[in-house]
Amino acid sequence: MLRYILSRLQSLVLSLIVASIVIFATVEVVPGDPASFMLGMNAQADTIAALREQLGLDVPVWQRYLHWATGLLGGDFGTSYTYRTPISEMIAERLWISLPLAIYALTLSTLIAFPAGILAATRRGSATDVGVMGLTQLGVAIPNFWFAMLMVLVFAINLRWFSAGGFPGWDNPLLAIKALTLPAIALALPQASILARVMRSALLDTLSEDYVRTARAKGLTRRQTLWRHALRNALIPVLTIIGLQFSFLMAGAIIIENVFFLPGLGRLVFQAISQRDLIVVESVVMLLVFAVILVNFAVDIAYAIVDPRLRGTR
Amino acid sequence: MKALLFNRNFAIGLLLTAVFVAGALISFVWTPYDTSGVDIANKLKKPLSDGYLLGTDHFGRDILSMIMVGARTSIAVAFVAVGIGIVIGVPLGLAAAASKGSLMDEIIMRSNDLVFAFPSLVIAILITAIFGPSALNAIIAIGIFNVPVFARLTRGAALSLWQRDYILSARVAGKGPARISFEHILPNVTNLLIVQGTIQFSLGILAEAGLSYVGLGAQPPIPSWGRMLAESQTMISFAPHMALLPGLAIVFTVLGLNLMGDGLRDVFDPRIRREKR
Repeated sequence: MLRYILSRLQSLVLSLIVASIVIFATVEVVPGDPASFMLGMNAQADTIAALREQLGLDVPVWQRYLHWATGLLGGDFGTSYTYRTPISEMIAERLWISLPLAIYALTLSTLIAFPAGILAATRRGSATDVGVMGLTQLGVAIPNFWFAMLMVLVFAINLRWFSAGGFPGWDNPLLAIKALTLPAIALALPQASILARVMRSALLDTLSEDYVRTARAKGLTRRQTLWRHALRNALIPVLTIIGLQFSFLMAGAIIIENVFFLPGLGRLVFQAISQRDLIVVESVVMLLVFAVILVNFAVDIAYAIVDPRLRGTR
Repeated sequence: MKALLFNRNFAIGLLLTAVFVAGALISFVWTPYDTSGVDIANKLKKPLSDGYLLGTDHFGRDILSMIMVGARTSIAVAFVAVGIGIVIGVPLGLAAAASKGSLMDEIIMRSNDLVFAFPSLVIAILITAIFGPSALNAIIAIGIFNVPVFARLTRGAALSLWQRDYILSARVAGKGPARISFEHILPNVTNLLIVQGTIQFSLGILAEAGLSYVGLGAQPPIPSWGRMLAESQTMISFAPHMALLPGLAIVFTVLGLNLMGDGLRDVFDPRIRREKR
């Protein structure tokens, strides 16, 4: 087990190093110098040179990479070119919206998908099954930002149950959660549809296993067999998908935050892009990628704990 | 082919997809109204009024015409992005399978893992943000993410094919790995590629819509469904049809492609067909 964790850890570190190089290199090829962008068209050459020096842009690329990467290790994400504030502070502030939103959405999607998937699998072929599968087909076809707009139209503009956007802050947690509810539903919809389908097919697979028949034969009720045997074994593919979905949630949040004017990480990236605040773009994207790699690492380890057979492979 | 048309999913999916492809093709020669001009006198018409089947937008442009021309953008972007995924991903997957366990296999699969670690939209946003928003950059951004999808699929399927006896006979006959890959492995993974291709196509349409919605896709004056939605957002309270219709176009196209994919999988995979799911 320890050897397995170490080997996974090794590839985790390797992916992070490569990812950081790729992100840094991609952003570095951007045409347009941040210093001359900030100073405008009429800036003198020596003013630009001075600002470049101040921002640390005058040293070679590889030195800047090393400086950035070693900073990341210590939690120092650098300083924003535009706002001159530490990026770690900006990120921490935005994370208070983006992270709860992702967790909220993931919780919702799991709460919807599990019962739906279990219901469809246990009543395979029934009207319930057909209905659930039809809804999931629709759920994956609907763009979540469009669904978000429709919810704003119905629940914010017509019924006035929710506000159409913005975030009141965490001073009143109830209001904050209320403000995140529509965005979280919009994010959860496609994820719940995918998860329900995976849950259904995984459960159908385990329900036809011999050990389920054995369990029924030794006198367990359908319900007991389902909870004790079938469901547990069906969880493995479901866990994988939940892990993968995390990355989609992060990306989906970028667009959804724009629909609801939520000042989260996604909006931070967009602002930074339009202001040529490259170091903010690099750091936020790196953070998102780090989160995805970490979640997948955690899922891999969780498997190995649940199922010893998986420890040997890769 | 007959089995395909008798498959309900495939038939419905094909019909839906065909409607939008036809709309896109017809728009090259004819649209109900011109989409490039502004006609303020006829702005914000409701659907089914004054000869406008689906109404007009805030510039008085006919929404049906806009959706037809927008279909062109969506379909072209998604189609080329799938093409990139297949043209680069499939040979990589074949090469990885043919040299299983080698350094090349390791490098190909590792870089695939890496692309997967980047949420696809984050890659797309990064690329379009850096190289400037345009339909071409949207294609590249979506296409890059398709590469590992096809590479993995091809490698996985090819690995099991390499164990087959007919591959062994081909090797005994003196064929090299490259020739075997293209002559014997590739034809046997085509079905899988077609199914995955339809799925990636529908994901591509969703991704393009998302990118155009945040302003990183096709730029004006090229109509696109995502930007139509973005423009409608501020007017949603008094002109809901502007937000509803392009969204429905996306939903129906994606739904059509997904149903087609499901139908193709049912028919191509005899294992599933026998079980009747």
